[in-house]
Amino acid sequence: MRRLIYILPLLILAVVAAFFFLGFNRDPKLVPSPMIGKPAPEFSVPGLRGSDGSVSNASFEGKVTLLNFFASWCVPCRVEHPLLMDLARNKSVRIVGVDYKDKPEDALVWLRQLGDPYGVIGADRDGRAAIDWGVYGVPESYIIDKQGVIRFKQVGPITEDVWRTEMAPLIKELSK
Amino acid sequence: MNTPGVRSLILAAVLAAGLAGPAHAVNPDEVLPDPKMEERAREISKDLRCLVCQNQSIDDSNADLARDLRVIVRERLKKGESNDQVLQYVTDRYGDYVLLRPPFKATTLLLWAGPFVILAFGALGTAAYLRNRRAAGTVAGDTAPLTEDERRRLDALLRKDGI
Repeated sequence: MRRLIYILPLLILAVVAAFFFLGFNRDPKLVPSPMIGKPAPEFSVPGLRGSDGSVSNASFEGKVTLLNFFASWCVPCRVEHPLLMDLARNKSVRIVGVDYKDKPEDALVWLRQLGDPYGVIGADRDGRAAIDWGVYGVPESYIIDKQGVIRFKQVGPITEDVWRTEMAPLIKELSK
Repeated sequence: MNTPGVRSLILAAVLAAGLAGPAHAVNPDEVLPDPKMEERAREISKDLRCLVCQNQSIDDSNADLARDLRVIVRERLKKGESNDQVLQYVTDRYGDYVLLRPPFKATTLLLWAGPFVILAFGALGTAAYLRNRRAAGTVAGDTAPLTEDERRRLDALLRKDGI
């Protein structure tokens, strides 16, 4: 009993240290989304390109979809772009884009210069649709299953690693 | 040193400090015409975290997203929603994380109850310590009386000092 008193502070320190150690390994910029497992929110935005009709929940029907919020002014989107181009080339998944708070003409130039991986693109000029999706920065991407349920959210650019280890297997699973 | 010039300078500084309220990011064009409703909007905004700057409320933040959320808060109030409904709309999309005042539920139990648990441990420790000390005999009646030999040596010491 006596001995316990002396090691108690050490034990407490160990517990606190463990908490901090785990806590500091987490990125505070990554806010966990409460929308995973929930149906996609109702939304509808006008199309960006002439050929695009409006983009809404109907755009996800029947097929697993990667929904990608991007903007021409967004530097990390530029980093992510080659990967999206690869996915489009390999027909890995249907990609729906939403151009966030952007001038349509800027977005069109951006797509002309870097390539266009999107099936359809919506223009969310005032950023309202993005808020309905719980977006707090671009790029952000969602995987939506055939039933229109959100299954995954990636905050920030999709990296090669995240694609290979998490997103690709999930899409394969959902496409069955 | 205390010339009228210096004194008025100090007075001016004190007055200026008193006038400067906390800075807010709310733009004049966002303010609702109904002061009561605006008051509610401010109250809600102060409880909502700005997701871009994270340690500011959307009421304080100049970030674009914070502005959009402030406008949405006001729109929903105008539609007749209660404060809780507005907060629910935002937490449905961004999670409890946006609430600067975390809600009391199973996952936050440790957060809310933790300090009281630690306090209770401290109280128990203190009580145990005090009881031990008493049992160990610092109280006068419990000390062993001096032996005859000790008493003589003590008397000798006292006499030597001339007391």
